[in-house]
Amino acid sequence: MQLTQNKPNKKVNVKLALTAATSALLGLSSVAQGNETSELDSWSFDTAVLYYGEIDRVTATEAMIGATKTFDDDSILNLKLTFDALTGASPNGAVAQPTTQTFTRPSGNGEYQTPANETPIYDGFRDTRVQLNAQWTQPIASVYTVSGGVHLSKEYDYLSLGLNGSVAYDFDRKNSTIAFGASYFQDTYNPVGGIPNPFSVMIPGSGDEDVDDPTRLGKDDTKTTADIMIGFTQVINRRMVAQLNYSYSMVDGYLNDPYKRLSRVNANGEALDYVYESRPDSREKQSVFAQTKYNFAADWLNDTVLDVSYRYMWDDWQIDSHTVDSRFYIPIGTSSYLEPHFRVYQQTAADFYRPFLYESDDELPAYASADLRIGEMTTYTVGLKYGTLVNGDDELSFRLELYTQKPTNAGFNEPGVLASQDLYESVNAIIGQVTYSF
Amino acid sequence: MKISHKMKIILLVPIISTASGCASLGVEPWERDLLAKKEMSLTSSAIDSAFDDHIYFSKEASSGGKGFGGGGCGCN
Repeated sequence: MQLTQNKPNKKVNVKLALTAATSALLGLSSVAQGNETSELDSWSFDTAVLYYGEIDRVTATEAMIGATKTFDDDSILNLKLTFDALTGASPNGAVAQPTTQTFTRPSGNGEYQTPANETPIYDGFRDTRVQLNAQWTQPIASVYTVSGGVHLSKEYDYLSLGLNGSVAYDFDRKNSTIAFGASYFQDTYNPVGGIPNPFSVMIPGSGDEDVDDPTRLGKDDTKTTADIMIGFTQVINRRMVAQLNYSYSMVDGYLNDPYKRLSRVNANGEALDYVYESRPDSREKQSVFAQTKYNFAADWLNDTVLDVSYRYMWDDWQIDSHTVDSRFYIPIGTSSYLEPHFRVYQQTAADFYRPFLYESDDELPAYASADLRIGEMTTYTVGLKYGTLVNGDDELSFRLELYTQKPTNAGFNEPGVLASQDLYESVNAIIGQVTYSF
Repeated sequence: MKISHKMKIILLVPIISTASGCASLGVEPWERDLLAKKEMSLTSSAIDSAFDDHIYFSKEASSGGKGFGGGGCGCN
């Protein structure tokens, strides 16, 4: 008996402390004595830790804490703080060779080697990131909901600042909702070693700021992203709801990956040197997204909920992509659930994607990138989540997923020694997450 | 056969207008017992969505659709 009394008290104490701390930070009314219960009830907290690990490649650990306050007029304040740490290795864009390859480090100082017959990867990535989001959502005149938010993300070589706003209008007994939203991001890239000059050959010592370096264009560069979205949500019947969104996105500025390069090969596929990639300075993306949720509400399926979505995206880099994402929410008893997750994603290559350049090319193309992330590929995610109520109405959940990325050849020849190399190596990653909401 | 982008949008218009124009759609306020459940909201876990968006933004060429694609990280 004592045990069951102690646990809720401890929980309330943690929540009370977080509530008081968050209120104090925001200058909101303090948790006055006697008013604790209603103040506590108006706050909810989410905490989560995520691990993402690729075999022999990148590992990321991400921790998040979110606080949500619902005010008496139903307006909602949501604050979220995210930390992540990234370490490990990422492909540098060059092709595998039958011999050992030597590369200059991104800083321009020092070298590293890739053994024969292996995809060249740079294993010195180490970054930490902090992200802060604040969102205010306010109902107006019972049929309108307006929302506005700010975003800040800072990592060692990158700063992102963002604003967003949206308005939603409910009609037909709130069975239908039309929403319009816009967001704007201003990002600054400050890569190690500076901004590479596209198509210049990487040379040792190019990170020395005192040297007039033709392979560098400066210390930093910027990019802006403007998004608009129109959405329509419809309650179909007691068991089903559906949504349809159209999004338009315009990205302008520095869109290269400063750490990616391309191999220049001879007619026998042997790498002669490596040049920095070159992408257009704008990208126009559009997408259509449809989602539906269906509650089977049948005796034999209990309250199992099917969640299926499809996204079609296309852009002026000639990348087309299809994404099908599905989840099954399966209740177990009255306080737990299982949620299997399946996702399939397929994209075509950007029109300037190429796995390597030929030395014999009389003229360099205007743009070229060997980044597999804008190449042709299919990815699969299979996962399972288990959630359960603890301490009354707190929720504890675990999620484990496997993510596989399978790049494919978009029709490029593989001359000479490249024929025996794996230029489109698959990547397998494991994703683990623990979430506690109270 | 490849359907053009314009064609796809034209095909979507009747779906939207059917969905919004059909009087038999929707429920009365007292019929929202199932829809009111957390697992029936279109984003039932905002945390999972945020993590997933970050992973797929970093590893694939597409982002957004459900929400804003946005910028936000260098994401090597």
